[in-house]
Amino acid sequence: MLAQQFINALSLGSVYALFALGFTLVFGVLGVINLSHGAIFMLGSYVALVLVEKLAMPLPLALLATMLVTGCIGALVDFLVLRPLRKRQAPHLSPMIASIGVAIMLTNLAQGLFGAENKRFPLGTIPEQSITFGELNVTAVQIGIVGIAFALMLVLLVVMRRTQLGRALRAIAESPKAAALLGIHVEQLFLLTSFAAAALGGVAGVLVGLSFNAISPFMGQPMLHKGIAVIILGGMGDIRGALIGGLFLGFAEVMSVAYLSSDFRDAVAFGLLFLILLVRPSGMFGTVLERKA
Amino acid sequence: MIDAWESFWSIYSTVVFGVGVNAMLALSIYLTLSCGLLSLANAAFMGIGAYAAALITMQTALPFPVALAAAGIFPALVALVIGIPTLRLSGVYLAMATLGFGEVVRVIILNLHFTGGPMGINGIPQKTEFWHILVLLLLTLYVLARLRRSKVGRAFEAIRADDVAARLMGINVARTKLLAFVMGAVIAGVAGGLNAHYTFTIGPGNYAFENAVDILTMAVFGGTSNLIGPTLGATILTLLPEVLRQFKDFRLAFNGLILIVVILYLPKGIWDPRRVRGWIQSRIQSRSPRRRSKVH
Repeated sequence: MLAQQFINALSLGSVYALFALGFTLVFGVLGVINLSHGAIFMLGSYVALVLVEKLAMPLPLALLATMLVTGCIGALVDFLVLRPLRKRQAPHLSPMIASIGVAIMLTNLAQGLFGAENKRFPLGTIPEQSITFGELNVTAVQIGIVGIAFALMLVLLVVMRRTQLGRALRAIAESPKAAALLGIHVEQLFLLTSFAAAALGGVAGVLVGLSFNAISPFMGQPMLHKGIAVIILGGMGDIRGALIGGLFLGFAEVMSVAYLSSDFRDAVAFGLLFLILLVRPSGMFGTVLERKA
Repeated sequence: MIDAWESFWSIYSTVVFGVGVNAMLALSIYLTLSCGLLSLANAAFMGIGAYAAALITMQTALPFPVALAAAGIFPALVALVIGIPTLRLSGVYLAMATLGFGEVVRVIILNLHFTGGPMGINGIPQKTEFWHILVLLLLTLYVLARLRRSKVGRAFEAIRADDVAARLMGINVARTKLLAFVMGAVIAGVAGGLNAHYTFTIGPGNYAFENAVDILTMAVFGGTSNLIGPTLGATILTLLPEVLRQFKDFRLAFNGLILIVVILYLPKGIWDPRRVRGWIQSRIQSRSPRRRSKVH
């Protein structure tokens, strides 16, 4: 029983982590709390659904194509909305509120185009095999989720730590102005970061769509709340933090449902968040630069 | 004429009430913003006020003003308790912690019995009159306007500009921030109490993340440099969905688009005193060419 809960928590936690990864990437590099990330996540599900249903694409190909499509939407949002605000050096609240506008728009468009009701993937799309070890039951979807999530996180970590691109991104995170003086193409990398973040959000959307087999225009908002909780738990802008925070939240939720009560499942994330912020405002791993007089 | 007015009122009174209540909510977040606090707990305070007032009206025989007073007092007490630890946080962290608090409040209301759980409270008697909202909104505006020019208001401004410098000037930063937080909670709570007594029904979903964000949006959309901004922003954003009715399914998309356009092209919100003054001056100048020739 405990082992089964462990598997469930691992797959839920890796989805949270994957979602939070894009969220934290944008915060770390662009310094923006992008509240449209939940809407991008939701669009990811729909894009995959359309590709599988209308174009009869095989699932792995649809997954890649979805990354591309949501990535482009993210880059477009960056180009049309965030870039003008950066140019003007708007206060940090402005991009956040503009991203709320983006989220409202995308959610409403999805609702208008696809309807408000839950959609499902056509029968046979989702692999139904599962492996059984004694009493333990692991579905192929769960394996896929954990595998894809960890692979993507590993790629991102290696890119950020070991490559010239990662060094440039970290330099921007430190100070965009100094990075520009060092000859880094800051605007291009902002665009690339937005692309990558939205692609990750899109993949998370497909994976959630597959594991619950229910896609609705409103699935983005609750996920966004979880994402906020995760990046606070893990420390804002910290990639390892997003991973650990996501898994931690997955475990906390699954265990509280299994052993306490399902009523307070949604309070777990924010209750934890609230407590951690009071004890350690910088999250579990983050560091806050505080100005001393 | 009277008939036309009555039919208009029977259709749109809720919208007009909504304008007033939303203006109070936008002012409540303006107050905390004016002290440099990005607090997103106002929807939760509104909810606490709404539930307190509705329960008092329905379970006791106390008059409506008492219910409204409770709608202000309960959120204030909660704000006092959570404000002391929370207000140590700053910037984005405070925003997230207050969002977290809001979500916890929502889930608690959802799971309690006397709040009606997910069904909420239904059949709340219709006690809010138009003049209640008008008087309380004007009172809020008056108090905030007086506050701006008082010692406390200047302390808010100093903290917003630089809280380290404010502390060096002898301002008790923690206490002043707490004051702003609690006052914001009172305004939001009373707005919630008023709202509960004309909507007939309230539920835990009415005071969630989306509503917190809506309140912030109204204030920033209107502009937070003075009191006119939030009031105007709340008015426009409450009326906008009515005006956009012709777009049917896509009206929220237009709502979002308008929000983005305002943020992009009107950085200080719709009511930016400097720009408005400039606009009025340019109008005056273009009307009286003689004055212009004098200047040049």
